[in-house]
Amino acid sequence: MGYKWNWEIFFQLSPDGTYTYLQLLLFGAGWTLATALLAWAIALSVGTVIGVIRTSPMPWLVRLGNAYVELFRNIPLLVQMFLWYFVLPEVMPQVIGDWLKQSANASFYNAVICLGLYTSARVAEQVKAGILSLRSGQRMAGLAMGLTLPQTYCYVLLPMAFRIILPPLSSEFLNIIKNSSVALTIGLIELTAAARSMSEFSFQVFEAFTGATLIYVVINVVVVAGMRWLERRVAVPGFIGMSPPVAAH
Amino acid sequence: MFANFDWDVIIRSLPYLFLDGMRFTIMLTLMATGGGIVIGTLLALARLSNIPGLSHVAGAYVNLIRSMPLVLVIFWFYFLVPYIGQWITGASRPIQVGAFLSALVTFTLFEAAYFCEIMRAGIQSIPRGQAQAAQALGMGYWTAMGEIILPQAFRNMVPVLLTQTIILFQDTSLVYVISVTDFFGAASKVAQRDGRLVEMYLFAAFVYFVISLAASYWVRRLQHRIAIIR
Repeated sequence: MGYKWNWEIFFQLSPDGTYTYLQLLLFGAGWTLATALLAWAIALSVGTVIGVIRTSPMPWLVRLGNAYVELFRNIPLLVQMFLWYFVLPEVMPQVIGDWLKQSANASFYNAVICLGLYTSARVAEQVKAGILSLRSGQRMAGLAMGLTLPQTYCYVLLPMAFRIILPPLSSEFLNIIKNSSVALTIGLIELTAAARSMSEFSFQVFEAFTGATLIYVVINVVVVAGMRWLERRVAVPGFIGMSPPVAAH
Repeated sequence: MFANFDWDVIIRSLPYLFLDGMRFTIMLTLMATGGGIVIGTLLALARLSNIPGLSHVAGAYVNLIRSMPLVLVIFWFYFLVPYIGQWITGASRPIQVGAFLSALVTFTLFEAAYFCEIMRAGIQSIPRGQAQAAQALGMGYWTAMGEIILPQAFRNMVPVLLTQTIILFQDTSLVYVISVTDFFGAASKVAQRDGRLVEMYLFAAFVYFVISLAASYWVRRLQHRIAIIR
């Protein structure tokens, strides 16, 4: 093959004159993790609320929750990114729109919110499945003991549901890390974007992508190991720790 | 808010959006699904085989692909496919590959890893006794797989395979990063040319939403109809 490999490229200075290419990739990985973690906080909190209201006894709340999930699940993530980043400032009143466009790190905040809400719909599906997998006697027993409905969810249903859905939730967490790469389309220099710009500046395309791939693999291995540990810690005694296969990413 | 919403730009660009853009998207989705299921099934058979090394190689490929973001895989193949072409044809220089072929190779090989895991779960859902019964009747490996195991595994997994196809349909929008004109690429080109970001991006979102929602309802109905009664 007519390609000249040069692995020392990682230790050469990038065109910005202060950092090496390796450091650029690591900064990218930092943005990837920051985006994914903040978005995960949104996804988990909003997703739990939506998942809960979809199992509530109020039909209009259930319908609202279902509509929310269908909306965020049936539009590609890339299109959602563009809606948040390009369309939202335009349809807002002028003052707010200008402020949105000019704020520093706009693409980072946009990516976090967009990715968080996108993933929240998926988390909501898991939370709902987790609650529905519990025997209905648990809810009845909670209510019969004199707990209010919110208390029943807080102290009886959700603690069990979360322990059951931990495996699918951890693969959702891996997805959010990978999906953060879509934010490069709105100008966030996360890991994939850093590798892309390294390949453009240095012309060492395959080294750059190999570097990024290795960092993603390391992140994956660490997250998977952490999740396995957590799953063992919180496993519900007497349950078979198996989750059905679901379509992903 | 929608006072100066320009419907006309959408209507004017409909032929371009659907005849150029959507045709690319649908073709890419269908062909990558077909190829992905075939290669994914072979990968699943490799992962479940007893041949030393084979299951490890297949497993390593699947895990590697599944730990990478699709955008990165698209970049990888965009630069790699010309070299693969050179290697296959024995040409002296990396060969030029069209956008469609490059995207097709990328999505087929990427989705194969996900289809592999679905088919593996499908094959493992068939009771072991069936494989043993096939063997007792004198069937070889390929006959037993082709006639007994795979048809049932496939039928069990049809809803999951179709759901994955809907995800693939949405994922094809990411060819945007290599400037290919799929449905979303066409919409964004018109948006930038005419300065009509709001109209075009909202319309694109609406079209993806309607198609994905309709398809997922159809999958849900299909799921009830084809479920094997046990």
